[in-house]
Amino acid sequence: MSGGHSTYTPKSGIGRWMDARLPLPRLIYDSFVAYPVPRNLNYAYTFGGILTLMLVAQILTGVVLAMHYAANTEVAFNSVEKIMRDVNSGWLLRYLHSNGASFFFIAVYVHIFRGLYYGSYKAPRELLWILGCIIYLLMMATAFMGYVLPWGQMSFWGATVITGFFTAIPVVGDWIQQLLLGGFAVDNPTLNRFFSLHYLLPFMIAGVVVLHVWALHVTGQTNPTGIEVKQKTDTVAFTPYATVKDAFAMVVFLFVFAYFVFYIPNYLGHPDNYIEANPLKTPAHIVPEWYFLPFYAILRAITFNIGPIDSKLGGVLAMFGAIAVLFVVPWLDTSKVRSAAYRPWYRLFFWLFAADAIFLGWLGSRPAEGVYVALAQVATLYYFAFFLIIMPVLGLIETPRRLPNSITEAVLEKNKAGAPASAQPVGER
Amino acid sequence: MSATDSTEHSTEHTRRDFLYVATGVAGAVGAAAVAWPFIDQMRPDASTRALASIQVDVTAVEPGMSLTVKWRGRPVFIRNRTEQEIEAAKEVPLDQLKDPVARNENLPGDEPATDLARSAGEGKENWLVMLGVCTHLGCVPLGQAGDFGGWFCPCHGSHYDTAGRIRKGPAPENLHVPTFSFVSDTVIQIG
Repeated sequence: MSGGHSTYTPKSGIGRWMDARLPLPRLIYDSFVAYPVPRNLNYAYTFGGILTLMLVAQILTGVVLAMHYAANTEVAFNSVEKIMRDVNSGWLLRYLHSNGASFFFIAVYVHIFRGLYYGSYKAPRELLWILGCIIYLLMMATAFMGYVLPWGQMSFWGATVITGFFTAIPVVGDWIQQLLLGGFAVDNPTLNRFFSLHYLLPFMIAGVVVLHVWALHVTGQTNPTGIEVKQKTDTVAFTPYATVKDAFAMVVFLFVFAYFVFYIPNYLGHPDNYIEANPLKTPAHIVPEWYFLPFYAILRAITFNIGPIDSKLGGVLAMFGAIAVLFVVPWLDTSKVRSAAYRPWYRLFFWLFAADAIFLGWLGSRPAEGVYVALAQVATLYYFAFFLIIMPVLGLIETPRRLPNSITEAVLEKNKAGAPASAQPVGER
Repeated sequence: MSATDSTEHSTEHTRRDFLYVATGVAGAVGAAAVAWPFIDQMRPDASTRALASIQVDVTAVEPGMSLTVKWRGRPVFIRNRTEQEIEAAKEVPLDQLKDPVARNENLPGDEPATDLARSAGEGKENWLVMLGVCTHLGCVPLGQAGDFGGWFCPCHGSHYDTAGRIRKGPAPENLHVPTFSFVSDTVIQIG
């Protein structure tokens, strides 16, 4: 729907001169001003813009923090405290950066769940979805390495546990772990390389974001009805409609963000990370940052051997599998209907899945003993069943509700609620 | 090159095809050769690899006491075990063990995990020297804790007995016994 004709006409002499040499203003105009978006986008669709804002904010605060931080085990912990106490406005920049990571993940989880609810991953948007999954993976790697940098107890032991995952791989596992650590245990070489990569990865994320937005602008946005745009009345111009809606959502999001930064800046952190790393003493309770907790619960749920796979490798495979399964979602969902709004059964299972993911997160914060293990096993089972059984089977047996003929019809129907819908048969898309 | 040219070429293999393939292969080998140092530099460097041995004086470690020393960046537990602890470990039938191998660097790799094979050997059965690194994901277990009175890893709930053998939980192996020897009656050399 984009890609076609451009409606940009430069008005000034400089504009025409530029347009004949490097048509960047034309690209921006066509992508973010005249670009048509479905007229029925709701606030769940504003999180892409919010994520872009958070990426820029993280890079900006990160670059200035790196001017005051020193990646050496002797001084790293104290350099962070120096940022908090001595550097002008250092406390603000660090709290913006550490809470910014959490809010980045809040936004990305809403964004992913929106995609799952409205079936945004379905043809022709498979690559768009996969690029998003890659961004999510890069975000997790970046966040993990960033959390090691303050060199607190949770930094150290989190790094020990997560790099320990690789020792579960048969034969080459220990070699890979030593390659990642640069030693036999987490130490100065590890901190140095994590700092280097933590600085690099956000720019790789930015690169994949460009591809993600490019792919989005080739296929166009989905929308709450899941029906493709068919006519001009189905869309509105990106500016001012989407621009203003996105901007308003950003302001609300930043209000909540600011509340955390200024009033409860350590609420999402862990007090043990204010104790300097000690390689001889493990904290009583190692918990990762909240955004990793569901996967942590899945890791710990596998307490039994499965054939030749021992429980350790099994746990690691399940944890990575929980992320890997996202990549094939476009081919697991067999339904012809895109949006959950017209799929009553899928909607039920979707909300169960959302609750299951939050429940797994809570279990991940509990100790790995007693009833928590059994509950984590049940929740893990549903996590995988949702993707591997419910998605393929439900698409074949579910009877969807009647789809409107177009986005315009859906919007008008909603506006005169109660009035009879125009009589059209089911199944047309 | 026009479309007709390439269709003519596609039917037979020419010297030019060979040169294309040879150039491509040489390029790939060259790229791999350049890539290797970038990967190789990540491995443990010479100073880390230099096998550091340490000597520990254990004169002051009475039965029931433990000492933790740092070796190669990791903790090593040295414990002078009590009679009860040795008896408790000896009473465990080998078929009840999750990991039946001793995991003792000083013994053959397939040595069964008897209490003697886990300890410092005949006459020094009271001494237990092992890496304080949980074989699950590398946390440091807590001493004299857990269901078997040995070690307990707080991270993911692995229980080790008084000979450092895994009895319950997700860890796959017994705590590893590093290369060590008594250089005198009261000094242990690790590494």
